[in-house]
This record gives sequence, structure tokens and C-alpha cells, in this order.
Amino acid sequence: MACYLTTGKHMSLYWSVGTVLLLLAITAPAALMFGFGGAAAARSSFTPLRWFGKTYMALIRGVPDIAFFLFFVIALDQGFEWARHQVLCPDWTDAIRQGNDFVVCAEAKLPQGNAPQWVHEVYGFFVAVLTFAIVFGAFAGNVLFGAMRAVPAAQLETAAAYGMSKRQTFWRILVPQMWVFALPGLSNLWMVLIKATPLLFLLGVEDIVYWARELGGTKNPRFTDYPHGDWRMWYFLALLVFYLAFTKVSEVVLDRVMARLTHGQATAAGEAQRKAT
Amino acid sequence: MSCTQTILDYGLRAIGYGERLLPRSDFTLCQQFTLIGSGMIWNIYFGLFALMFGFCFAVALAMGKDSPRVLLRKPSEWFIFIFRGSPLFIQFFFGYFVFLSLKPIHPMFESLSAAWLGALIVLFCNTSAYSAEIFYGALKSIPKGDTEAADAYGMSGWPRFKRIVFPTMLRLAWPAYTNEAIFLFHSTTLIFFTGFPARQQRGDALYYASYFADKTFNPFVPYPILAMYFILVTLLIIGVFGIANKRLNRHLPSQARPKLRLRPQIIR
Amino acid sequence: MKTLITATALLAITAGAALAGSHSVVRLGTEGAYPPYNFLNDAGEVDGFEREVGDELCARAELTCEWVTNEWDSIIPNLVSGNYDAIIAGMSITAERDEVIDFTTPYTQPDPSSFVAASADVDLAGGVIAAQTGTIQAGHVASMGATLLEFATPEETVAAVKSGEADAVLADRAFLEPIAAEDADLQMVGDDVLLGGGIGMGIRESDTELKEKFSAAIESMKADGSLNVLIAKWLPESAPF
Repeated sequence: MACYLTTGKHMSLYWSVGTVLLLLAITAPAALMFGFGGAAAARSSFTPLRWFGKTYMALIRGVPDIAFFLFFVIALDQGFEWARHQVLCPDWTDAIRQGNDFVVCAEAKLPQGNAPQWVHEVYGFFVAVLTFAIVFGAFAGNVLFGAMRAVPAAQLETAAAYGMSKRQTFWRILVPQMWVFALPGLSNLWMVLIKATPLLFLLGVEDIVYWARELGGTKNPRFTDYPHGDWRMWYFLALLVFYLAFTKVSEVVLDRVMARLTHGQATAAGEAQRKAT
Repeated sequence: MSCTQTILDYGLRAIGYGERLLPRSDFTLCQQFTLIGSGMIWNIYFGLFALMFGFCFAVALAMGKDSPRVLLRKPSEWFIFIFRGSPLFIQFFFGYFVFLSLKPIHPMFESLSAAWLGALIVLFCNTSAYSAEIFYGALKSIPKGDTEAADAYGMSGWPRFKRIVFPTMLRLAWPAYTNEAIFLFHSTTLIFFTGFPARQQRGDALYYASYFADKTFNPFVPYPILAMYFILVTLLIIGVFGIANKRLNRHLPSQARPKLRLRPQIIR
Repeated sequence: MKTLITATALLAITAGAALAGSHSVVRLGTEGAYPPYNFLNDAGEVDGFEREVGDELCARAELTCEWVTNEWDSIIPNLVSGNYDAIIAGMSITAERDEVIDFTTPYTQPDPSSFVAASADVDLAGGVIAAQTGTIQAGHVASMGATLLEFATPEETVAAVKSGEADAVLADRAFLEPIAAEDADLQMVGDDVLLGGGIGMGIRESDTELKEKFSAAIESMKADGSLNVLIAKWLPESAPF
């Protein structure tokens, strides 16, 4: 039994848990940055930029995320290679699209054709992170946009009265104050992000779902030392428990963070805290 | 082949009428629009029925979670936690395996492993849990004065629930519930991507979109078409729920009426 | 005619020169879920008939090869967009696929497809038949009148028969044979059907140089009989060359 649980394949499964956690750790701040950019653009006084921000947020939220996952990977990959191709190989004469093939010059390939496998894996992971960040950035953008509007207008007017420029008002008054209003929405988004990670295998990353399916499948004694029947149900049960535990822990931690942040704030929750002590 | 002919052949392909074989070569834009649109029938079917049945169960769950009795409260809490705490994707996978193992027990469970019923049940449980949490939150924020007034009138039990608690809860929960409905429709695309098999190439919109992406090797046409259909559905939901919202809030002075706002509270 | 040949040769040379740099490592894409052709062994590495054939071909063509796994349903798009250089995944040569990618000469004889069912008296013409999405078998079932039930992986198609979800499964004979042999509940039924023209490696259409190299290597393995040794080892039911 112990031998079975430590085969190379199981090791890959345990590694993929690490991959998922790493993805979450990188995607969360990246999505926040995209969201911040989107929200700031949507508030901009420059009309095309405002439209761009609003379209970005509305479009991505109006379409199922899985549709983006399915075609962003190839689209992003080809986009990067095309851009590099334009810069690196200006005197390439052949067409990039030859029939069905997408051909760029060797220098523009990402990653380089002769790069070791781990570079390919890191690159695939990076594209996955970017896709997640773009999709969840739209959701984060919406939360931040709402939070920016929740900052009392009087505060901004006071800043203007003190002679602050628009830029100063934005960075010194609006941004520091919006986080309290954004936190409930952002912690909700974190939960959503956790629950979106099993879709990683659609992005070509070998994640826990991939390995659970591979390991759980019927194993024929001719091809393995550990033949067994269809165990996929049990592997998926394990995944289910893993995700339940993960969301529970996140919930507890986020509640604590929230309690600490609301401490002394002039909000309803802050007031309740004051009364309780 | 003219476009009308294509629509006649493939318009209801997703539910098994019309041409049996899917187009295999010379794909036209018209075919892609027709077939992906035909697949939307399934998305709408799953979304609509899960939403309708889920609504009733969600109200019961929310009352259960709010109940002072442990026997009612604990099961409701666990149900909500399990379905909100795990990815819908894994729930579909897992649900399919569970339904398969139920099958040999009794012929009653025969159609559970087919998508039209099995996936609907999983989706129903999932949306019930999410909606129940929304309703529970609304239940907690019913103004104290409302219930006190009901008590003062001597209302209790069913009349109190029907005339005071339920309408107020619904009114408060409505904006969040609208979002739940939108994202429920989005999550119907997961069904044929997970454990549930497509029978006789009858699938949902995403199934056909990926079929075309697979055959034409060009994802840049079918997925935008799919996106367009979903934006239409989203707009339709916002419209219908907006009318309901107006009706729920018709007794309030106009500036106090809450507006519907799309918020990402509940995708999964 | 002569100019055409010269032009082709010239093109091949220039294309070869342009591509030489990108092929210092050749990436082989496979599914890793289709024993005995390709599967992941207990250590999580690609193993099976195609692993041995592929390694031998690379040695003969003097290429450094690297194995990559990819889901079946996106295996051609990822080849076309350049994520790996060749598909070696039990892919039968069909006219439909040939329009999009190129194939090397086949390294197996056309392998018949078989039905496996839980009982012998199953109605193949009117029953429910499981097949993997995007395979020639799925296309065949759709056109033969039975109800087609599609799954994303080969594993699930067999599981569907065992659970009674489908009456039978249609897949390559070499894949089903060990399963039917090891599982008392399953057996081969009906007549085999011949689909496709043998299994070949899939290569991008623009990559003629690589295609020629692999085709030459396959021919040399056929000539000295080493391919037949591997076929006898992994695919005992299949006909040798």
C-alpha cells in the first residue's frame, strides 16, 4: 500500500497540488493588478480608455469563463510568437499562416524549440496564470470599481478643496480608503478562484484532476505492477475533500483578516466590534 | 446548401431532430451559428429547470439554516457548505460516478447517469446551496421592525412567513439572486465537458463550439459565436429579473429602490 | 516536370536550412492513455509500443527526442500551432486528418477496430455504442446507425460498457484485446471493421524535412525487421510487415 502511494505517478499527483497552490499564489496578485488597471481605466476621464475598461469587465463577465480558457491558451501563445516574429525576423518572407499551420521563424518560437521540457512546462504554466489573471482581473476590477464608488464623495471633495490634483486625489485619498470596501468582494473572489483551479487541465497544465483521472482509471496487469479496477470515484472523493478543507481554511483565515482590518474602522462591522469589547 | 436549409437540418439537432450526421467538411458560418445556437437549447433547459426547482429548495434550506432546531439547522449548514465549498466541476465528475454506482441497485435510477437528469440534479443541488446562502443572508437582514409588527398583529407560523418574512427576504436577496441566475447559466457549459457523455452527438453550445474548433482547427470563429449567444442570454436574464425586481419593490419610494447591479459574488 | 522536381528539391533544401535550428530537439506529442500503444507507467513516464518505436526512430534519424503528453481532443491544434513537432499517439491515417496535417508512412498495418461488450448477444446496429470523441471510431458509429455515446478518454469508454451505460465500445483491436482478456465480464463481439490506413506519425504540413526523416527511419525499421519484433512484443494480434 505504501509502495502504491509513492509510485512516480503519485509523486506527480502530489507535485501537482503544489502547482495549484503556486498558481493561486501568483494569480491572486496578478489578477488584482489587472483588476486595478481595469477599474482605474473605467473611471478615467479619457473616453476611449473608459470604454476599454468597461468593455473588458462587461465582456469577460458576460461569457462563461470556460470558453475563455479553451481558446486563450492558443490565442495568447500565437499572439506572443507573432509579436516576437515581427520584431526578431523582419526579413522573413514566407507567410506565417501556411494553410492550417502557424509558422514563425525559429528565433521567435516560445519557448525555443530545443529548450528542455521544464522550460516548456514553465511557459505553459505562465500562459495559464496569465489567462486566469485576465479572466479574474475582470471580476476583481468590478469589485474595485464598486469599492472606489463607495468611498464617500465628501472625502474627494475635501481633497479637491485642499488643492490636490486629480492624480493626487486618486493615489492619496481614494486608493488607501477603498480597500475596506473591497475586501468582502475580494475574499469572495479568492474563494471563486480556488474553485476554478480544477479547470487548469483545460489550459494544458497537468493538474490534480489530470492525475486523479489517470491514476483512478482501470489498470491492466500487463502494463503496471499495481493493477486495479475503476477507482476514479475514490480519487475524486479525495479531491472533493481537499477542496472542502482548502475553502474552510481560507474562510477562517479571511474572517480573521477581516476582523483585524475592520478594527477601529467607521463601518457597521467596526462599530459592532467596538460595542462587543 | 442555402442557410435556410441548414437551419431546417440542424436547428433542432441538439435534441435529436433533423440531419443525423454533423457536417464534416466545408464548414460554413451558417452551420456554426445554427449548431451552436441549437446547443443553447440544452444550456437554457438546464439553467431554467435548475433555477426553478432550486429556488423552492433554496428557500427551505435558508429557513432550515435559520432554524433554532439543531436537527434542521445542521443538515442545512452541511449541505450548503459542501456544495459551496467544492468546485462544481468536481461535483459533476463525482456525481456521475455516484449515479453510475446507484444504477445496478434499482431500475428506478436508470436515467440518472444521462445528462438530462443527472446533470440537472447536480446543478439543482449546487444552485440551491448558493441561493440558500443568499436567502439566508437576506433573512438575517430583514428589518427588526417588520417582524415585530407581524408579532404585534398576532401573526405567526405560515401567515407570518407568507406575508412578511418571505416577500421581504425575496426583495432583499433579489439583486444577488440575479447574479446567481446569470452564473448558473454560464456553468451549464461545464456539463458535457465533465463526466456526462454526449449521446448521439447531442450536446450543448460549448460541445458544438469545440466540435467546430476541433474540425476547423480555428478557435477564433466558434468561441466568439458562443460568447455572443451567452451575452444575449445574460441580457435577457437581466431584463426579466429587472422587471421582477421592479414589482418586488413597487411599494417603496422610487429613490429607495435598489437597482440591479451585476456583481461577481457567486460564480463557481 | 523536371523544373518542378528541381523546384521541389530547392524548396526542400531551403526549408531544411531554415528549420535545421529548430529541430535540434524534436518534441513528440502523445496521449499517454491508450495502452498498449502509449500509456504512463507507474513512474509516470510515457511507455508502450510507440515509446519504443519512437525512441528507435529518433536514434536512426539521429534526432534528440523529447516526449510530451497532451489531451487527445486538442492534440492536432497543438501540433499545428507548434507546441510539439510530431504526433505519435496511435493516430490512424485518414483523409480528413490528412487535409490538416501530414502523415509519415504507417508503422503498423491497418489495425482493425473491434467491438467489446458485456454479453455476446448485443445489438450492434441499434444499440448504444461508446467511442472516444474525435476518433475514426466515433465517426464510424455516427454513420452506422447505432446511438453514439462520446467520452473524452479511452478509459471512460470501457468504463461505460462495464457500468451498462453503453452496450458496446468500438476502439482499436490492439487496445481492447488486453482489456477483454483480463476482464471476465467483457468479451469481443461482432465482426471487426477496417477503418483508416494504418497508424502513422502526424507532422505539420510545412515540415516536410522532418516527415522525410521519420518516413526513412520507419522504412529502415521495416526493412531489417526490428519493427516486426516490436509489433510482436506489444501488439501480438496485429499483422507484421
